[in-house]
Amino acid sequence: MKSFQRISYPYILWMTLMIVAPMLLIVLYAFTTQGNDVTTFRFTLENFARFFQDAVFLDVLKRSLIIAVATTVICVLLGYPIAYVIAQHNPKNQMRLVLMVTLPTWINMLVRTYAWMGILQDDGIINSFFSLVGLGPVKLLHTTFAVILGMVYNFIPFMILQIHTSLTKMDQSLLEAAEDLGANRVESFLRVTLPLSLPGVISGITLVFLPAVSSFFIPKLLGGGQYVLIGNVIETQFLTSGDWNFGSAISLIMAVIIILSMYLAKKVDRSPESLGGGSKG
Amino acid sequence: MKQKNGLWGKILLVLTAIFFYAPIVYIMIFSFNGSRSLTKLNGFSLQWYEKMFSDRTMMQAIFYTIAIALLATVISTVVGTLTAIGLSRSKKILRNVVEQVNNLPVMNPEIVTGIGLLMFFSAIGIKKGFGTMLLAHVMFCIPYVILSVMPKLRSLDPNLADAAMDLGATPLQALWKIIVPQITPGILSGALIAFTMSFDDFVISYFVTGNGVNNISILVYTMSKRVNPSINALSTLVIAMITLVLIMINIIPMIQEKRKKRKDETVL
Repeated sequence: MKSFQRISYPYILWMTLMIVAPMLLIVLYAFTTQGNDVTTFRFTLENFARFFQDAVFLDVLKRSLIIAVATTVICVLLGYPIAYVIAQHNPKNQMRLVLMVTLPTWINMLVRTYAWMGILQDDGIINSFFSLVGLGPVKLLHTTFAVILGMVYNFIPFMILQIHTSLTKMDQSLLEAAEDLGANRVESFLRVTLPLSLPGVISGITLVFLPAVSSFFIPKLLGGGQYVLIGNVIETQFLTSGDWNFGSAISLIMAVIIILSMYLAKKVDRSPESLGGGSKG
Repeated sequence: MKQKNGLWGKILLVLTAIFFYAPIVYIMIFSFNGSRSLTKLNGFSLQWYEKMFSDRTMMQAIFYTIAIALLATVISTVVGTLTAIGLSRSKKILRNVVEQVNNLPVMNPEIVTGIGLLMFFSAIGIKKGFGTMLLAHVMFCIPYVILSVMPKLRSLDPNLADAAMDLGATPLQALWKIIVPQITPGILSGALIAFTMSFDDFVISYFVTGNGVNNISILVYTMSKRVNPSINALSTLVIAMITLVLIMINIIPMIQEKRKKRKDETVL
Protein backbone atom coordinates (compact mmCIF):
# COMPACT_ATOMS: atom_id res chain seq x y z
CA MET A 1 0.00 0.00 0.00
CA LYS A 2 1.58 3.25 -1.08
CA SER A 3 -1.10 5.58 0.19
CA PHE A 4 1.19 7.66 2.40
CA GLN A 5 3.96 8.16 -0.11
CA ARG A 6 2.70 11.47 -1.31
CA ILE A 7 2.74 13.18 2.08
CA SER A 8 6.51 13.52 1.82
CA TYR A 9 6.35 15.41 -1.47
CA PRO A 10 5.80 18.91 -0.01
CA TYR A 11 8.90 18.50 2.10
CA ILE A 12 10.98 17.43 -0.91
CA LEU A 13 10.03 20.70 -2.58
CA TRP A 14 10.80 22.67 0.61
CA MET A 15 14.11 20.84 1.02
CA THR A 16 15.14 21.69 -2.53
CA LEU A 17 14.38 25.35 -1.92
CA MET A 18 15.70 25.76 1.61
CA ILE A 19 18.65 23.35 1.72
CA VAL A 20 19.84 22.73 -1.84
CA ALA A 21 19.30 26.19 -3.35
CA PRO A 22 21.27 28.07 -0.64
CA MET A 23 24.21 25.67 -1.07
CA LEU A 24 24.15 26.23 -4.83
CA LEU A 25 24.03 29.99 -4.25
CA ILE A 26 27.24 29.79 -2.19
CA VAL A 27 29.00 27.96 -5.02
CA LEU A 28 27.60 30.37 -7.60
CA TYR A 29 28.68 33.46 -5.67
CA ALA A 30 32.13 32.03 -4.97
CA PHE A 31 32.87 31.70 -8.67
CA THR A 32 31.41 34.98 -9.90
CA THR A 33 32.42 38.62 -9.63
CA GLN A 34 30.82 41.11 -7.36
CA GLY A 35 28.04 43.39 -8.42
CA ASN A 36 26.51 41.28 -11.15
CA ASP A 37 22.77 41.00 -11.21
CA VAL A 38 20.98 37.72 -11.47
CA THR A 39 20.83 37.68 -15.26
CA THR A 40 24.48 38.20 -16.17
CA PHE A 41 27.13 36.13 -14.48
CA ARG A 42 30.81 36.63 -14.96
CA PHE A 43 32.66 33.55 -13.83
CA THR A 44 36.01 34.02 -12.20
CA LEU A 45 38.55 32.50 -9.84
CA GLU A 46 39.49 35.94 -8.54
CA ASN A 47 37.88 35.37 -5.13
CA PHE A 48 40.03 32.34 -4.48
CA ALA A 49 43.17 34.00 -5.84
CA ARG A 50 42.56 36.97 -3.56
CA PHE A 51 42.44 34.70 -0.54
CA PHE A 52 45.52 32.64 -1.32
CA GLN A 53 47.63 35.63 -2.39
CA ASP A 54 47.00 37.61 0.76
CA ALA A 55 49.34 36.81 3.64
CA VAL A 56 46.81 38.17 6.15
CA PHE A 57 44.14 35.68 5.13
CA LEU A 58 46.60 32.81 4.97
CA ASP A 59 47.70 33.67 8.50
CA VAL A 60 44.10 33.61 9.66
CA LEU A 61 43.57 30.24 8.00
CA LYS A 62 46.73 28.87 9.60
CA ARG A 63 45.72 30.17 13.04
CA SER A 64 42.22 28.73 12.70
CA LEU A 65 43.60 25.32 11.79
CA ILE A 66 46.15 25.34 14.63
CA ILE A 67 43.49 26.29 17.16
CA ALA A 68 41.03 23.72 15.85
CA VAL A 69 43.68 20.98 15.93
CA ALA A 70 44.83 22.01 19.43
CA THR A 71 41.22 21.98 20.64
CA THR A 72 40.64 18.56 19.13
CA VAL A 73 43.83 17.09 20.62
CA ILE A 74 43.02 18.46 24.09
CA CYS A 75 39.46 17.12 23.81
CA VAL A 76 40.80 13.63 23.02
CA LEU A 77 43.40 13.71 25.80
CA LEU A 78 40.92 14.92 28.43
CA GLY A 79 37.79 13.31 27.03
CA TYR A 80 39.15 9.80 26.76
CA PRO A 81 40.03 9.34 30.47
CA ILE A 82 36.72 10.93 31.48
CA ALA A 83 34.74 8.63 29.18
CA TYR A 84 36.79 5.67 30.38
CA VAL A 85 36.14 6.39 34.04
CA ILE A 86 32.42 6.86 33.35
CA ALA A 87 32.30 3.53 31.50
CA GLN A 88 33.65 1.74 34.60
CA HIS A 89 30.55 2.54 36.66
CA ASN A 90 27.44 0.42 36.94
CA PRO A 91 24.75 1.18 34.33
CA LYS A 92 22.63 3.33 36.61
CA ASN A 93 25.52 5.58 37.63
CA GLN A 94 26.72 5.66 34.04
CA MET A 95 23.37 7.07 33.05
CA ARG A 96 23.66 9.78 35.70
CA LEU A 97 27.21 10.66 34.68
CA VAL A 98 26.28 10.82 31.01
CA LEU A 99 23.44 13.14 32.00
CA MET A 100 25.96 15.29 33.88
CA VAL A 101 27.99 15.61 30.66
CA THR A 102 24.96 16.20 28.44
CA LEU A 103 23.05 18.73 30.53
CA PRO A 104 25.32 21.74 29.88
CA THR A 105 25.08 21.18 26.12
CA TRP A 106 21.34 21.89 26.34
CA ILE A 107 22.08 25.36 27.62
CA ASN A 108 22.76 28.13 25.14
CA MET A 109 26.37 27.97 23.99
CA LEU A 110 26.65 31.71 23.78
CA VAL A 111 25.52 32.15 27.37
CA ARG A 112 28.02 29.57 28.58
CA THR A 113 30.82 31.20 26.61
CA TYR A 114 29.86 34.60 27.95
CA ALA A 115 30.12 33.22 31.49
CA TRP A 116 33.82 32.59 30.98
CA MET A 117 34.41 36.29 30.26
CA GLY A 118 33.83 37.16 33.91
CA ILE A 119 35.84 34.22 35.21
CA LEU A 120 38.87 34.98 33.05
CA GLN A 121 39.02 38.73 33.61
CA ASP A 122 42.11 40.35 35.13
CA ASP A 123 40.37 40.69 38.49
CA GLY A 124 38.26 37.59 37.97
CA ILE A 125 37.99 34.53 40.16
CA ILE A 126 41.03 32.73 38.70
CA ASN A 127 43.29 35.76 39.07
CA SER A 128 42.03 36.37 42.61
CA PHE A 129 43.11 32.85 43.38
CA PHE A 130 46.50 33.49 41.76
CA SER A 131 47.01 36.63 43.82
CA LEU A 132 46.23 34.64 46.98
CA VAL A 133 49.21 32.41 46.25
CA GLY A 134 51.26 35.46 45.40
CA LEU A 135 51.17 35.40 41.63
CA GLY A 136 50.52 38.62 39.79
CA PRO A 137 47.46 38.94 37.61
CA VAL A 138 47.97 36.82 34.53
CA LYS A 139 46.30 38.02 31.37
CA LEU A 140 43.80 35.28 30.56
CA LEU A 141 40.94 36.92 28.72
CA HIS A 142 41.62 37.92 25.10
CA THR A 143 44.36 35.35 24.65
CA THR A 144 44.72 32.23 22.53
CA PHE A 145 44.47 30.27 25.78
CA ALA A 146 41.01 31.69 26.42
CA VAL A 147 39.83 30.87 22.90
CA ILE A 148 41.02 27.26 23.13
CA LEU A 149 39.56 26.95 26.64
CA GLY A 150 36.20 28.19 25.37
CA MET A 151 36.25 25.73 22.49
CA VAL A 152 37.25 22.78 24.68
CA TYR A 153 34.54 23.75 27.17
CA ASN A 154 31.85 23.89 24.51
CA PHE A 155 32.82 20.89 22.42
CA ILE A 156 34.33 18.29 24.78
CA PRO A 157 30.92 16.81 25.73
CA PHE A 158 30.56 15.53 22.14
CA MET A 159 33.93 13.80 22.43
CA ILE A 160 33.15 12.23 25.81
CA LEU A 161 29.76 10.95 24.65
CA GLN A 162 31.14 9.41 21.46
CA ILE A 163 34.00 7.64 23.24
CA HIS A 164 31.71 6.51 26.04
CA THR A 165 29.28 4.97 23.55
CA SER A 166 32.03 3.01 21.82
CA LEU A 167 33.42 1.85 25.18
CA THR A 168 30.06 0.55 26.38
CA LYS A 169 29.42 -1.20 23.07
CA MET A 170 32.62 -3.15 23.54
CA ASP A 171 32.33 -6.85 24.29
CA GLN A 172 33.52 -7.19 27.89
CA SER A 173 34.39 -10.86 27.46
CA LEU A 174 37.27 -9.79 25.23
CA LEU A 175 38.93 -8.20 28.26
CA GLU A 176 38.43 -11.34 30.30
CA ALA A 177 39.91 -13.37 27.47
CA ALA A 178 42.94 -11.06 27.35
CA GLU A 179 43.34 -11.45 31.10
CA ASP A 180 43.05 -15.23 30.87
CA LEU A 181 45.73 -15.21 28.22
CA GLY A 182 48.09 -13.45 30.60
CA ALA A 183 47.78 -9.80 29.59
CA ASN A 184 48.16 -7.29 32.39
CA ARG A 185 45.86 -4.29 32.64
CA VAL A 186 48.04 -1.97 30.61
CA GLU A 187 48.48 -4.53 27.87
CA SER A 188 44.80 -5.38 27.64
CA PHE A 189 43.96 -1.67 27.55
CA LEU A 190 46.45 -0.93 24.79
CA ARG A 191 45.69 -4.00 22.69
CA VAL A 192 41.97 -4.51 23.27
CA THR A 193 40.15 -1.48 24.70
CA LEU A 194 41.98 1.26 22.83
CA PRO A 195 41.70 -0.21 19.31
CA LEU A 196 38.05 -1.09 19.87
CA SER A 197 37.17 2.41 21.08
CA LEU A 198 38.98 4.12 18.21
CA PRO A 199 35.82 4.54 16.08
CA GLY A 200 34.34 6.57 18.94
CA VAL A 201 37.46 8.71 19.12
CA ILE A 202 37.34 9.31 15.37
CA SER A 203 33.69 10.37 15.32
CA GLY A 204 34.40 12.52 18.39
CA ILE A 205 37.23 14.18 16.49
CA THR A 206 34.97 15.10 13.59
CA LEU A 207 32.31 16.39 15.98
CA VAL A 208 34.86 18.66 17.69
CA PHE A 209 37.00 19.73 14.75
CA LEU A 210 34.10 20.88 12.61
CA PRO A 211 32.58 23.44 14.99
CA ALA A 212 36.05 24.44 16.21
CA VAL A 213 37.31 25.38 12.77
CA SER A 214 34.18 27.35 11.88
CA SER A 215 33.39 29.01 15.21
CA PHE A 216 33.25 32.77 15.19
CA PHE A 217 31.62 33.87 18.44
CA ILE A 218 34.07 32.07 20.74
CA PRO A 219 37.08 33.97 19.31
CA LYS A 220 35.07 37.18 19.35
CA LEU A 221 33.97 36.87 23.00
CA LEU A 222 37.05 35.26 24.53
CA GLY A 223 39.75 36.38 22.07
CA GLY A 224 38.58 39.96 21.88
CA GLY A 225 37.57 42.10 18.92
CA GLN A 226 41.01 41.90 17.34
CA TYR A 227 41.13 38.12 17.43
CA VAL A 228 40.27 36.91 13.95
CA LEU A 229 39.63 33.35 12.86
CA ILE A 230 38.29 32.16 9.52
CA GLY A 231 34.71 32.29 10.81
CA ASN A 232 35.15 35.94 11.75
CA VAL A 233 36.42 36.74 8.25
CA ILE A 234 33.30 35.16 6.76
CA GLU A 235 31.10 37.07 9.21
CA THR A 236 32.78 40.37 8.26
CA GLN A 237 32.40 39.72 4.54
CA PHE A 238 28.69 39.10 4.89
CA LEU A 239 27.62 41.52 7.57
CA THR A 240 30.12 44.40 7.38
CA SER A 241 31.92 44.63 4.03
CA GLY A 242 29.08 43.12 2.04
CA ASP A 243 31.40 41.21 -0.28
CA TRP A 244 29.30 38.07 -0.59
CA ASN A 245 31.36 36.64 -3.44
CA PHE A 246 34.56 36.71 -1.46
CA GLY A 247 32.74 35.47 1.66
CA SER A 248 31.27 32.56 -0.29
CA ALA A 249 34.69 31.64 -1.64
CA ILE A 250 36.14 31.56 1.90
CA SER A 251 33.23 29.39 3.08
CA LEU A 252 33.90 27.00 0.21
CA ILE A 253 37.58 26.83 1.14
CA MET A 254 36.57 26.07 4.72
CA ALA A 255 34.08 23.43 3.58
CA VAL A 256 36.73 21.73 1.46
CA ILE A 257 39.11 21.64 4.44
CA ILE A 258 36.39 20.10 6.62
CA ILE A 259 35.43 17.51 4.00
CA LEU A 260 39.09 16.57 3.51
CA SER A 261 39.71 16.17 7.23
CA MET A 262 36.57 14.04 7.60
CA TYR A 263 37.71 11.87 4.72
CA LEU A 264 41.11 11.46 6.38
CA ALA A 265 39.49 10.63 9.72
CA LYS A 266 37.37 7.95 8.08
CA LYS A 267 40.46 6.46 6.46
CA VAL A 268 42.27 6.27 9.79
CA ASP A 269 39.13 4.75 11.25
CA ARG A 270 39.09 1.94 8.75
CA SER A 271 42.74 0.90 8.90
CA PRO A 272 43.06 -0.15 12.58
CA GLU A 273 39.84 -2.12 12.40
CA SER A 274 41.05 -4.17 9.49
CA LEU A 275 44.39 -4.51 11.24
CA GLY A 276 42.75 -5.76 14.41
CA GLY A 277 40.63 -8.22 12.47
CA GLY A 278 43.70 -9.55 10.72
CA SER A 279 45.76 -10.12 13.83
CA LYS A 280 42.88 -11.80 15.58
CA GLY A 281 42.42 -14.30 12.75
CA MET B 1 36.02 -4.97 36.20
CA LYS B 2 33.61 -2.62 37.94
CA GLN B 3 35.86 -1.88 40.88
CA LYS B 4 38.69 -0.26 38.94
CA ASN B 5 37.55 3.22 39.87
CA GLY B 6 40.22 4.42 42.13
CA LEU B 7 40.62 7.73 43.82
CA TRP B 8 41.95 9.23 40.58
CA GLY B 9 38.78 8.37 38.75
CA LYS B 10 36.69 10.11 41.38
CA ILE B 11 38.93 13.19 41.35
CA LEU B 12 38.71 13.34 37.56
CA LEU B 13 34.91 13.20 37.64
CA VAL B 14 34.68 15.88 40.32
CA LEU B 15 37.00 18.15 38.32
CA THR B 16 34.92 17.50 35.20
CA ALA B 17 31.75 18.45 37.04
CA ILE B 18 33.38 21.65 38.33
CA PHE B 19 34.64 22.52 34.85
CA PHE B 20 31.21 22.00 33.30
CA TYR B 21 29.08 23.68 35.93
CA ALA B 22 31.28 26.41 37.44
CA PRO B 23 30.62 28.92 34.64
CA ILE B 24 26.89 28.26 34.79
CA VAL B 25 26.78 28.70 38.57
CA TYR B 26 29.08 31.73 38.30
CA ILE B 27 26.77 33.58 35.95
CA MET B 28 23.73 32.75 38.09
CA ILE B 29 25.42 34.07 41.26
CA PHE B 30 26.53 37.29 39.59
CA SER B 31 23.04 37.95 38.25
CA PHE B 32 22.13 38.75 41.90
CA ASN B 33 25.16 40.98 42.42
CA GLY B 34 24.69 44.36 44.10
CA SER B 35 27.13 46.18 41.80
CA ARG B 36 28.00 46.31 38.12
CA SER B 37 31.11 44.23 38.65
CA LEU B 38 31.40 40.86 36.95
CA THR B 39 34.21 39.85 39.28
CA LYS B 40 33.45 41.12 42.80
CA LEU B 41 30.31 40.33 44.74
CA ASN B 42 28.78 43.26 46.59
CA GLY B 43 25.69 42.03 48.34
CA PHE B 44 22.43 40.66 47.04
CA SER B 45 20.10 42.56 44.78
CA LEU B 46 17.47 42.01 42.16
CA GLN B 47 18.27 45.23 40.31
CA TRP B 48 19.54 43.45 37.18
CA TYR B 49 16.31 41.51 36.94
CA GLU B 50 14.35 44.74 37.32
CA LYS B 51 16.51 46.28 34.60
CA MET B 52 15.92 43.27 32.38
CA PHE B 53 12.16 43.30 32.80
CA SER B 54 11.98 47.02 32.11
CA ASP B 55 14.27 46.78 29.08
CA ARG B 56 12.13 46.69 25.95
CA THR B 57 14.73 45.09 23.67
CA MET B 58 15.41 42.33 26.19
CA MET B 59 11.74 41.54 26.68
CA GLN B 60 11.24 41.54 22.92
CA ALA B 61 14.16 39.18 22.45
CA ILE B 62 12.69 36.81 25.04
CA PHE B 63 9.34 36.99 23.31
CA TYR B 64 10.80 36.34 19.85
CA THR B 65 12.94 33.46 21.13
CA ILE B 66 9.99 31.68 22.74
CA ALA B 67 7.55 32.45 19.92
CA ILE B 68 9.93 31.20 17.23
CA ALA B 69 10.95 28.14 19.26
CA LEU B 70 7.30 27.14 19.81
CA LEU B 71 6.22 27.77 16.22
CA ALA B 72 9.30 26.08 14.76
CA THR B 73 8.81 23.09 17.06
CA VAL B 74 5.16 22.60 16.12
CA ILE B 75 5.71 23.09 12.39
CA SER B 76 8.86 20.99 12.16
CA THR B 77 7.41 18.18 14.29
CA VAL B 78 4.27 17.89 12.16
CA VAL B 79 6.04 18.23 8.82
CA GLY B 80 8.99 16.08 9.87
CA THR B 81 6.77 13.26 11.16
CA LEU B 82 4.54 13.23 8.07
CA THR B 83 7.58 13.32 5.80
CA ALA B 84 9.21 10.46 7.66
CA ILE B 85 6.03 8.38 7.37
CA GLY B 86 5.82 9.16 3.66
CA LEU B 87 9.48 8.34 3.14
CA SER B 88 9.21 5.03 4.97
CA ARG B 89 6.80 3.94 2.25
CA SER B 90 8.68 5.43 -0.67
CA LYS B 91 11.24 3.89 -2.99
CA LYS B 92 14.65 3.36 -1.50
CA ILE B 93 16.36 5.75 -3.91
CA LEU B 94 14.09 8.64 -3.00
CA ARG B 95 14.50 7.89 0.69
CA ASN B 96 18.28 7.81 0.42
CA VAL B 97 18.42 11.07 -1.52
CA VAL B 98 16.20 12.86 1.00
CA GLU B 99 18.21 11.47 3.93
CA GLN B 100 21.46 12.61 2.33
CA VAL B 101 20.18 16.12 1.65
CA ASN B 102 18.73 16.21 5.16
CA ASN B 103 22.14 15.50 6.59
CA LEU B 104 23.56 18.63 4.95
CA PRO B 105 22.32 21.13 7.56
CA VAL B 106 23.17 18.67 10.35
CA MET B 107 26.74 18.17 9.11
CA ASN B 108 27.46 21.60 7.65
CA PRO B 109 29.07 24.25 9.82
CA GLU B 110 26.25 26.49 11.01
CA ILE B 111 27.90 29.54 9.53
CA VAL B 112 27.68 27.99 6.04
CA THR B 113 23.98 27.24 6.51
CA GLY B 114 23.52 30.78 7.80
CA ILE B 115 25.14 32.58 4.88
CA GLY B 116 23.44 30.25 2.38
CA LEU B 117 20.03 31.18 3.77
CA LEU B 118 20.98 34.85 3.93
CA MET B 119 21.77 34.87 0.20
CA PHE B 120 18.72 32.75 -0.60
CA PHE B 121 16.32 35.09 1.20
CA SER B 122 17.78 38.12 -0.49
CA ALA B 123 17.76 36.37 -3.89
CA ILE B 124 14.03 35.72 -3.69
CA GLY B 125 13.43 39.11 -2.12
CA ILE B 126 12.04 38.28 1.32
CA LYS B 127 12.69 41.02 3.85
CA LYS B 128 14.81 39.81 6.72
CA GLY B 129 13.05 39.67 10.07
CA PHE B 130 10.70 37.45 12.05
CA GLY B 131 9.55 35.53 8.98
CA THR B 132 13.01 34.66 7.70
CA MET B 133 14.15 33.66 11.16
CA LEU B 134 11.14 31.34 11.55
CA LEU B 135 11.69 29.83 8.07
CA ALA B 136 15.36 29.23 8.88
CA HIS B 137 14.54 27.59 12.20
CA VAL B 138 11.96 25.30 10.61
CA MET B 139 14.58 24.45 7.97
CA PHE B 140 17.21 23.30 10.45
CA CYS B 141 14.76 21.65 12.88
CA ILE B 142 12.96 19.32 10.45
CA PRO B 143 16.04 17.14 9.74
CA TYR B 144 16.40 16.42 13.46
CA VAL B 145 12.73 15.42 13.72
CA ILE B 146 13.07 13.12 10.71
CA LEU B 147 16.27 11.66 12.17
CA SER B 148 14.55 10.76 15.41
CA VAL B 149 11.26 9.51 13.90
CA MET B 150 12.79 7.38 11.12
CA PRO B 151 14.28 4.64 13.33
CA LYS B 152 10.93 4.16 15.07
CA LEU B 153 9.21 3.72 11.71
CA ARG B 154 11.72 1.14 10.61
CA SER B 155 10.73 -1.18 13.46
CA LEU B 156 7.04 -0.71 12.64
CA ASP B 157 4.94 -3.39 10.98
CA PRO B 158 3.78 -1.76 7.72
CA ASN B 159 0.88 -4.17 7.42
CA LEU B 160 -0.92 -2.74 10.46
CA ALA B 161 -1.95 0.48 8.75
CA ASP B 162 -2.95 -1.43 5.64
CA ALA B 163 -5.01 -3.82 7.73
CA ALA B 164 -6.77 -0.89 9.40
CA MET B 165 -7.62 0.57 6.01
CA ASP B 166 -8.84 -2.79 4.75
CA LEU B 167 -11.16 -2.82 7.74
CA GLY B 168 -12.61 0.49 6.65
CA ALA B 169 -10.42 3.12 8.28
CA THR B 170 -9.70 6.21 6.20
CA PRO B 171 -6.01 6.91 5.55
CA LEU B 172 -6.21 9.77 8.03
CA GLN B 173 -7.62 7.47 10.71
CA ALA B 174 -4.99 4.85 9.99
CA LEU B 175 -2.32 7.52 10.28
CA TRP B 176 -3.62 9.02 13.50
CA LYS B 177 -4.80 5.87 15.27
CA ILE B 178 -2.35 3.22 14.09
CA ILE B 179 0.96 4.79 13.02
CA VAL B 180 1.31 7.87 15.23
CA PRO B 181 0.71 6.12 18.60
CA GLN B 182 3.45 3.63 17.82
CA ILE B 183 6.07 6.24 17.00
CA THR B 184 5.15 8.75 19.71
CA PRO B 185 8.46 8.43 21.62
CA GLY B 186 10.37 9.30 18.43
CA ILE B 187 8.08 12.25 17.72
CA LEU B 188 8.46 13.58 21.27
CA SER B 189 12.23 13.34 21.30
CA GLY B 190 12.31 14.98 17.86
CA ALA B 191 10.15 17.81 19.18
CA LEU B 192 12.40 18.25 22.21
CA ILE B 193 15.52 18.43 20.06
CA ALA B 194 13.79 20.88 17.72
CA PHE B 195 12.74 23.10 20.60
CA THR B 196 16.14 23.30 22.22
CA MET B 197 17.94 23.71 18.88
CA SER B 198 15.69 26.63 18.03
CA PHE B 199 15.72 28.12 21.52
CA ASP B 200 19.52 28.05 21.72
CA ASP B 201 20.36 28.95 18.14
CA PHE B 202 22.70 31.82 17.55
CA VAL B 203 24.73 31.49 14.36
CA ILE B 204 21.95 30.89 11.82
CA SER B 205 19.57 33.39 13.45
CA TYR B 206 22.35 35.99 13.49
CA PHE B 207 22.73 35.82 9.71
CA VAL B 208 19.07 35.64 8.69
CA THR B 209 17.57 38.22 11.02
CA GLY B 210 17.02 41.88 10.38
CA ASN B 211 14.61 44.71 10.98
CA GLY B 212 15.48 44.79 14.69
CA VAL B 213 14.23 41.27 15.37
CA ASN B 214 16.67 39.70 17.84
CA ASN B 215 16.58 36.52 19.81
CA ILE B 216 18.25 36.08 23.20
CA SER B 217 21.50 34.74 21.74
CA ILE B 218 21.92 37.61 19.31
CA LEU B 219 21.25 40.07 22.12
CA VAL B 220 23.85 38.46 24.37
CA TYR B 221 26.34 38.57 21.51
CA THR B 222 25.79 42.22 20.68
CA MET B 223 25.58 43.36 24.31
CA SER B 224 28.57 41.40 25.61
CA LYS B 225 30.97 43.95 24.15
CA ARG B 226 30.20 46.25 27.08
CA VAL B 227 29.84 45.30 30.74
CA ASN B 228 26.14 44.83 31.28
CA PRO B 229 25.07 42.70 34.24
CA SER B 230 21.54 42.46 32.86
CA ILE B 231 23.00 39.84 30.52
CA ASN B 232 23.66 37.72 33.61
CA ALA B 233 20.01 38.01 34.59
CA LEU B 234 18.95 37.16 31.05
CA SER B 235 21.33 34.19 30.96
CA THR B 236 20.02 32.95 34.29
CA LEU B 237 16.49 33.16 32.91
CA VAL B 238 17.56 31.14 29.86
CA ILE B 239 19.24 28.51 32.04
CA ALA B 240 16.16 28.31 34.27
CA MET B 241 13.80 27.93 31.31
CA ILE B 242 15.79 25.14 29.63
CA THR B 243 16.23 23.36 32.99
CA LEU B 244 12.47 23.59 33.53
CA VAL B 245 11.78 22.11 30.09
CA LEU B 246 14.22 19.27 30.76
CA ILE B 247 12.72 18.55 34.18
CA MET B 248 9.23 18.53 32.70
CA ILE B 249 10.32 16.16 29.92
CA ASN B 250 11.82 13.83 32.50
CA ILE B 251 9.09 14.03 35.10
CA ILE B 252 5.94 13.83 32.97
CA PRO B 253 6.64 10.27 31.77
CA MET B 254 7.40 9.26 35.36
CA ILE B 255 4.07 10.62 36.60
CA GLN B 256 2.24 9.01 33.71
CA GLU B 257 3.85 5.70 34.46
CA LYS B 258 2.92 5.95 38.12
CA ARG B 259 -0.67 6.76 37.20
CA LYS B 260 -0.75 3.89 34.78
CA LYS B 261 0.58 1.55 37.45
CA ARG B 262 -2.01 2.75 39.92
CA LYS B 263 -4.71 2.27 37.30
CA ASP B 264 -3.48 -1.22 36.59
CA GLU B 265 -3.51 -1.98 40.28
CA THR B 266 -7.07 -0.77 40.72
CA VAL B 267 -8.17 -2.79 37.72
CA LEU B 268 -6.59 -5.86 39.23
